Amino acid sequence: MSAIQIIPLNWYITLSAILFGMGVMGVLFRRNTIIILMCIELMLNAVNLLLVAFSAHHSNAQAQVFVFFIMAVAAAEVAVGLAILMMIYRNTKSTDVNFLNKLKW
Amino acid sequence: MKAILLLSGLGIIALFAELFRFRKALYPIVILGLLGTIATAVSYWWYDDGEYNKYFAGMIDFQGSAVVLSVIILSVALLWFVMSANYLRTQTSETDHTALVLFALVGALILTCYTNLTMLFLGVEILSIPLYVLAGSRKNDLGSNESAFKYFILGAFASAFLLFGIALVFGATGSFDNRAIAVFVEANKATLPGFFYGGVILMMIGLLFKISAAPFHFWAPDVYQGAPTVYTAFMSTVVKTAAIVAIMRIFLTSVFGGVGEFWIPIMGVCVGLTFVIGNLSAAVQTSVKRMLAFSSISHAGFLLLAVVAASSFSAKSIIFYTVAYSVASLVAFSVLLNIIRITGGDDVESFNGLGKKSPLLAAVMTIALLSLAGIPPTAGFFAKYYVLTAAFSSDHYWLAIIGILGSLVGVYYYFRIIIAMYFREAKEGAEYSVDAQHQALMFVTAVATIVIGLLPDLILNIGAPAAVVAETLQK
Repeated sequence: MSAIQIIPLNWYITLSAILFGMGVMGVLFRRNTIIILMCIELMLNAVNLLLVAFSAHHSNAQAQVFVFFIMAVAAAEVAVGLAILMMIYRNTKSTDVNFLNKLKW
Repeated sequence: MKAILLLSGLGIIALFAELFRFRKALYPIVILGLLGTIATAVSYWWYDDGEYNKYFAGMIDFQGSAVVLSVIILSVALLWFVMSANYLRTQTSETDHTALVLFALVGALILTCYTNLTMLFLGVEILSIPLYVLAGSRKNDLGSNESAFKYFILGAFASAFLLFGIALVFGATGSFDNRAIAVFVEANKATLPGFFYGGVILMMIGLLFKISAAPFHFWAPDVYQGAPTVYTAFMSTVVKTAAIVAIMRIFLTSVFGGVGEFWIPIMGVCVGLTFVIGNLSAAVQTSVKRMLAFSSISHAGFLLLAVVAASSFSAKSIIFYTVAYSVASLVAFSVLLNIIRITGGDDVESFNGLGKKSPLLAAVMTIALLSLAGIPPTAGFFAKYYVLTAAFSSDHYWLAIIGILGSLVGVYYYFRIIIAMYFREAKEGAEYSVDAQHQALMFVTAVATIVIGLLPDLILNIGAPAAVVAETLQK
């Protein structure tokens, strides 16, 4: 039995849920766009951790493969996100989300 | 599946167009390629059994509803390309735009045929990431920037919820495969751990975000308004169809169908909220583009109502609704595109006097709005009628009544534009000309709206085998 299997599964679920919750709170309440991006990464990594724990628990490698998919997609997503941020920075000279208030009714 | 490969290849060809200097030839290539892709997808119609349709170790199963819906999505995309030819031509990065749209379509196609939660996630991402870029494709326009950023942040946020849900469902059932999950849920229904239900809820939140249902709709109006109009049209037709298919393939089949009594009330509340918020917000808009965004939210409510109904008629009515709604919205957006080009504004006032200035634009816009409002001789009426039939047949009276009341509010805000077109005076001086391509598109789609409205069985019967597939999955 490997170390990852000795620790009860619920602990992993709790830890991932806490990390995920921190990410959600960060996205909702932080004002700096770079930090929002980091919080989204945190949410995705919480999922990765959970998948790896489940993978060990079920002795099923599918979830580990899924983790690689998530990593690849997260990299693509961040590339696009940072490009969008650069574009906004060029126009507003700021990375604060409060500048983004042009669209309202 | 071959359709997916073909479309990916087409996207790569589009990327090379600038390099090898066949940019002028790209548009015909894309149109021909899309026609070829539709033909390939249709060819799968006759292979609806055995292993022929399964790819990637059974992670994709291209049959039944997948064929019907991918043909619908591809046809709508074809019409979209006809609509946006002029816009694309004026862009300096025409080839990139084309390639990104094609890649987004690949994602939409994957969502029509996935049988594995991995493919669900990949499909959602392949569909979304190109759209983040396209929403922000007007680089110097702050509105477009903001739209791209909001879409990106909330899209990624939603994907994370979807992923967390998938992880929890995997943890509870030990598989990503739709059928394996269905079998497991069936066998162990009494002993499913609590986090399985958490996973179902999180997946639902993620997908409701994507289809912009209340209370997860708040990004949609801003994104739709800020993005270039052609991409708004793409989002509210192709993306919406793909999102409802993604929801349909897990919530309407046995994957989560077995625990329906758990998620149906929750989704029901979301549907009710969607009707109320979508319609009431649409009624107070002055910008037609934003009004169409809110109206697309209320249409998402109707699509989800069919899912909540979870009857054997649901899949059919969803397929019919997506056709009716996509066609009508494409017409509305192409008229709006012309109005923005001619008058420079997208307010209701910009439509003043259109009936005199350009009878064609006014006539097709009227047909499109009648269809969106669900007035009888058009396709929209039967679309709503079938969804409500499904809802009544499974005793969701309250939701159906809220939906009907919402549609009545809808009649108000759609007719505001019709009144502006026919009973208000136009500003002098503007030149109302429509190019031949748009005229042809509007004519074809408007006629299609009426024909489907008069002969609804045409589409409903195409949807029938698809519904059968949805039912067999339930076993």
